[in-house]
Amino acid sequence: MESVHRGLTLDGTAPADGDAAAGASARRSDKTSGTARAGWTAYWQAAPLALVFFVFFVLPLMVILVVSFWRFNQYSIIPAFTLNNYIGIFDRCIVGLPKPCTTFSTYLSTLEFCLIVWAVTLVIGFTIAYFLAFHIRTLTMQLVLALVCIIPFWTSDVIRMISWIPLLGRNGLVNQILLGLGLVHQPVEWLLFSPFAVTVAFVHLLTAFMIVPILNSMLRIDKSLVEAARDAGASGWQVLVNVVIPLSKTGIAIGSIFVVTMVMGDFVTIGVMGGQQIASVGKEINVETGFLQFPIAAANAVILLAVVLAIIYALTRFIDIRKEL
Amino acid sequence: MKKTIGTRELSRRALLKGSAALAGSAAITGFPAVHAAEPITLRYLATAVNQSSDIVKKVKEDIGINIEYVTLTTDEVTKRIITQPNSFDLVDVEYFSLPNLVPSGNLVGMDAKKIKLADEITSVLSKGAIAGKKIGSQGTAPFKVFYLQGKHSKKFSKTPTEWLTLIPTTYNADSLGVRPDLIGRPIEHWKELLNPEFKGKAALINIPSIGIMDAAMAIESAGLLKYGDKGNQTKAEIDKTIDILTKAKKAGQFRAFWSDFNESVNLMASGEVVIQSMWSPAVTAVRSKGLKCTYTALAEGYRGWCSGFALPRTLKGKKEDAAYEFINWFLSGWAGAYLSRQGYYPAVISTTKKALEPYEWAYWYEGKPATKDIHAPNGTVIEKVGAVRDGGSYETRMSRIACWNSVMDENEYLITKWNQFIAA
Repeated sequence: MESVHRGLTLDGTAPADGDAAAGASARRSDKTSGTARAGWTAYWQAAPLALVFFVFFVLPLMVILVVSFWRFNQYSIIPAFTLNNYIGIFDRCIVGLPKPCTTFSTYLSTLEFCLIVWAVTLVIGFTIAYFLAFHIRTLTMQLVLALVCIIPFWTSDVIRMISWIPLLGRNGLVNQILLGLGLVHQPVEWLLFSPFAVTVAFVHLLTAFMIVPILNSMLRIDKSLVEAARDAGASGWQVLVNVVIPLSKTGIAIGSIFVVTMVMGDFVTIGVMGGQQIASVGKEINVETGFLQFPIAAANAVILLAVVLAIIYALTRFIDIRKEL
Repeated sequence: MKKTIGTRELSRRALLKGSAALAGSAAITGFPAVHAAEPITLRYLATAVNQSSDIVKKVKEDIGINIEYVTLTTDEVTKRIITQPNSFDLVDVEYFSLPNLVPSGNLVGMDAKKIKLADEITSVLSKGAIAGKKIGSQGTAPFKVFYLQGKHSKKFSKTPTEWLTLIPTTYNADSLGVRPDLIGRPIEHWKELLNPEFKGKAALINIPSIGIMDAAMAIESAGLLKYGDKGNQTKAEIDKTIDILTKAKKAGQFRAFWSDFNESVNLMASGEVVIQSMWSPAVTAVRSKGLKCTYTALAEGYRGWCSGFALPRTLKGKKEDAAYEFINWFLSGWAGAYLSRQGYYPAVISTTKKALEPYEWAYWYEGKPATKDIHAPNGTVIEKVGAVRDGGSYETRMSRIACWNSVMDENEYLITKWNQFIAA
């Protein structure tokens, strides 16, 4: 099992760093030369999962990539190479500057949501995880409270989203309270079908994805480290910044990846809470497939994938998740 | 998504059952009726608009066929036909999608000889005329795509043939839905959709091919642009239309866009929106909540649409027979009457008339004041004694159709521009 693990890890890191790769393969050959059969066993053990990944993940992805270069008409896609799908997506994106084209403005708006939602869920998620890990004494209570955080996930996210509508609407609860208190004289319109509503729903839906991995990291922190820091005279804030945060980095990174990928790929939340007035890449792809423009949709999906991978790559530059795990 | 998977799972089981039945009946010959052996299940792909559990129950009762709905949105129905033609046995799809679907060859022509009432299908759809008078034909009017050249033909026929593209299920003349109680004055023109008076209280359908038509009706009504054919706009016309829409959007005219029929009901019922693109049963749904909602007859006329049954190429044998039996049942009156009570019209009017109560016929079809309370199919009162249907009689409403839902030649360009509009 251990060799599987290491084998995979080394394979994964190999392209990132030439020297390390050379060293790694040297080490691996040392190891495998001794136990050649064990090495093969490891590959066989990994094979089923690899096969599943290949068939259900790599293959479809390759199809998407290929189709994104195909031509199409109203009812069929034609296997003939063209760059038009990509050119169409970036139509007038450079010459039109500084006025952003559809694609740029869509990505900008999605990235903006990403940033805001990430920041808010991080602060809330971190705080809750911190509370659970360091202020709740018993393990039972920790488990119970962690479960409480997860309970909303027992209903579908669409239901959780839609339940905001009677709350935030023109005649909704919030507006009725504001009107009743005399704080406003006209119902506040920007509460619903607005970027605000989208942000609220995202934070509501995604905070748990921050809490769980951060909590997981925090629970692994050796409490004696915190005590040692205190003994050495660190203030609460210093303990947080110098001990807890560095040791929770993995959780933060994993949580961030969850949140970022989910916001980038979303079109339901932005659609429902934004009154379908706010663009998202997901919605664009959805409309295109709806009108049988699969190659354009595929091209858009490839670009989206590239952008998300770039973001994750940047994240892993700050935090080496593999090392921390 | 989950739902779809669920139905597919179910239908696989149903398929197994079906094939078992086939094997069984092969052994025991001499059973003429389709439902003699085990009941056949038809997977019926359609949008939510004309699906109902009452119909399923009645079909089972009358002819013993199980109907299993596969519910998708308008665009997705089309997509499903192109990409997974084996995942349904019967589809209810709009005429305007046909120019995209027929060339794929995934659907087959409907054999008029097997449809008992084929000759009685309304002339509104087959000829584009009512009582001898021509009606508006902008867009993909059903009569333009009514016939195929042969069962497996990928081309439309201009002259009548034995092979119908679709057997019409429901059609209607669409207009704007309004909340008169929140507006407080009559709405008579399409241009009101863009009237700044309703800033932040208007909504538009977010299905580009239909949304652009509603927008074009409003824009032409406001005198901002005169279209050659609203249902087949040129690039320049699309540009101008999207430009006007974008300005309105930026000025905060629209509260929301909707793409699912239920969304439009919620927007209207909650008072978020007071004027919007709307479909007839959505108006009925708002009314059955006890709210005022009218489907106004506007001076510029209606946007017509029609959907109908088609069969996938792969359907054979008993299932095909069952599908025809179901379609014949559908035209025989009960379903027509049921859908009429939601504000739709059925393909065959004569059988519907027999199935409706005389006072219902007078209200829904003759434009006469209701002599008794008018009920929705679920039993709630939607109109009191004395009420008159918005837009009047069947003939008046149909004769005032100005354009039909369509797929434009510049479809691809339209989608790009529409995405731009949503992103603006």
